[in-house]
Amino acid sequence: MFEVTTDWYLTLSAILFSIGFFGMMIRKNALIMFMCIELMLNAVNLTFISASKHFGQIDGQIAVFFVLVVAAAEVVVGLAIIVSIFRKQSSASVDVLNVSRG
Amino acid sequence: MVDLILFFIPSALIIIGALIVVFAKNPVHNAMGLVMTLVSIAIIYITLNATFVAMVQMLVYAGAVMTLFLFVIMMIGVDKKEQSSESIKGQTFLVSGVFLILISILGYVAISSEFKWDLWFEAVEFAVEGTPQLIAGTLFTAWIFPFEIISILLIVATAAAIALAYDSKRKKNDV
Repeated sequence: MFEVTTDWYLTLSAILFSIGFFGMMIRKNALIMFMCIELMLNAVNLTFISASKHFGQIDGQIAVFFVLVVAAAEVVVGLAIIVSIFRKQSSASVDVLNVSRG
Repeated sequence: MVDLILFFIPSALIIIGALIVVFAKNPVHNAMGLVMTLVSIAIIYITLNATFVAMVQMLVYAGAVMTLFLFVIMMIGVDKKEQSSESIKGQTFLVSGVFLILISILGYVAISSEFKWDLWFEAVEFAVEGTPQLIAGTLFTAWIFPFEIISILLIVATAAAIALAYDSKRKKNDV
């Protein structure tokens, strides 16, 4: 009756991206904001994989690898920044961070 | 029928997990919601014939990245109350409004096109199985230059993380 087409995966990915964006905007804890970035990156990865299936090309899956590696690097550096900020301010809230110098 | 079940159950879990990430108050719960989302996305990848990517997703994202998150949550502490005061006035309200407008535009487009998006090409009949052989064959030939660049990025990120987390002041005081 119903067939799962690429459109459905794209819709799911759009919903996931929107939720991640919404969380990024309303939360103030830097850690939670990082998790929301992960949600958005995963939504993009889902788009890549479904396009890879749609067009019958493997390149979409390779692009996912690059997104994954960039996400891992970004998480490592971002969490190091959060830890070093936490040492100074003893808070992970982004509202406290209103100066550029350390 | 199996297709539908394998689409709807993981996607429901994905959306529930994403909502937990956004709305839970305890950071550990947020992290667990993210794990749920990532594992469900790996299941969706398997149904999309991307088996190797699904395994990498489980190992790297749900394994390594989430462990890193939980370590930092342990270091920072879970009992810190998040500030509910808004530094920008009406921030949550404004964002919710913009979000609702975007969602309703998306819903309008989806409904008015009867859930058939113009994807320019029809879906191919044959299935490309994302096996390690096929992925490696393409990655190390056509994508070799981005691959080298990404290795440099990883080295730089590792060095940056060590440099950032290294506390020179504390070492002087303690020793």
